[in-house]
Amino acid sequence: MHDFFDSIANSFTKTFITDDRWKQLLSGLGVTIQITIFAAIIGIVLGFLIAIVRSTHDLQLAGKKCRKLSDYILKIANALCNIYITVIRGTPVVIQLMIMYFIVFASSREGIIAAILSFGLNSGAYVAEIVRSGIMSIDKGQFEASRSIGFNYKRTMLYVIIPQAFKNILPALGNEFIVLVKETSVSGYVALHDLTYVGNLIRSRTYEAFFPLITVALIYLIIVLLLSFLLKKLERRLRSSDH
Amino acid sequence: MTTDNVLIKVENLCKSFGEVEVLKGINAEIKKGDVMVVIGASGSGKSTFLRCLNLLEEPTSGKIMFEGTDITDASVNINLHRQKMGMVFQQFNLFPHMTILRNLTIGPIKLLKQSKSEAEQNARKLLERVGLADRADAYPSQLSGGQKQRIAIVRALCMNPDVMLFDEPTSALDPEMVGEVLEVMKQLAAEGMTMVVVTHEMGFAREVGTDIVFVDEGVIVEQGNPKEFFDNPKSPRLQDFLSKVL
Repeated sequence: MHDFFDSIANSFTKTFITDDRWKQLLSGLGVTIQITIFAAIIGIVLGFLIAIVRSTHDLQLAGKKCRKLSDYILKIANALCNIYITVIRGTPVVIQLMIMYFIVFASSREGIIAAILSFGLNSGAYVAEIVRSGIMSIDKGQFEASRSIGFNYKRTMLYVIIPQAFKNILPALGNEFIVLVKETSVSGYVALHDLTYVGNLIRSRTYEAFFPLITVALIYLIIVLLLSFLLKKLERRLRSSDH
Repeated sequence: MTTDNVLIKVENLCKSFGEVEVLKGINAEIKKGDVMVVIGASGSGKSTFLRCLNLLEEPTSGKIMFEGTDITDASVNINLHRQKMGMVFQQFNLFPHMTILRNLTIGPIKLLKQSKSEAEQNARKLLERVGLADRADAYPSQLSGGQKQRIAIVRALCMNPDVMLFDEPTSALDPEMVGEVLEVMKQLAAEGMTMVVVTHEMGFAREVGTDIVFVDEGVIVEQGNPKEFFDNPKSPRLQDFLSKVL
């Protein structure tokens, strides 16, 4: 019995205390959070822009002939967005990450920037489809009411459509960010010392698998729980107009 | 009758949806202070006609002159003209994520550049008139259908329009709520507001309308003052229609 506790204490010490390994875990967590936050920002901005292009195309041009220059530009932009979404959703994120790091950033090897960019670009494609579904779900009468007051298309989107769409898609968006947090765990492929990489490193140094891996799993779980909690709070706040 | 008394002049308006011809050459004139009531069976094109007046539907051909401007001209900024044409929908279409007060003031503040307090004061005054002053801070989902439609009318009025378009404003309401909405519309007409109303409410048409238009299969079949129109319909199609609805 005594041996059992001794061996647990021993692996705990090796995992966290020796060589200040808890600091390595902490800095890995920092890398994971840094990548996630900046990738999420890129994903949101890109996703909304693409969604607006795609839904504007669907709402205004679908099945119609182009008449103005702006129609042609919109048509081309829509086609580009489609290609982008198809490619991003059709290939594994870890391949995209390696392409970014080993090809695009081949000369500079800026791992963190490559990771932020590839996860951001990846997330953007998914966010775009989520936001587009939100915009298309808003009743046509809302567009018409806003236009009949005299708002142009841009302001109709801004004041009437996007706020309602955002409320509808919040659960799906939250889900996307939860996925994003966990997807960053492949950052080790491009030599980044993120949480997963550090955990695995400690495992290989100490020949202790239990503590490093379970700890890493728990930390991800806590991040996701925290994120879910914040999203639920935001959802509740936005729902104040439903009665 | 001088021409500047004409607010809206519709010339040979045609509208097709794909292969389907919905409007086949409509000519009409709406003068200041007129209450034009458009009636007809469903699918006759009466709603499409109304929706063409502020270009929610883009006409396939024909002209719509509004205050002397052909608004079907592509170079015209339709948003400026829509500010002068209030519209009320069958499904109310209030903005559900805004309070009633915000629904009423967002247009005046953002488009007419009114100050917040000015817009709110004006909105509250109009709310008072339709008996909903106490609902300013409620959300649309907290209101009954009749209340929503009265708010929708006020929202259009807040923009201080020159004409009000009504697209079957009472068709989605429970019967006991129709009266309160028609009452507001009667009040408006009595104050001299120019109105174009698509409706199935024949009582309203007879009492308030100054010019009744019967649309069938995309053309105006018969038109006249209410007395002549209802007591002495000339075309067989109108006679048939009236015998079914009256």
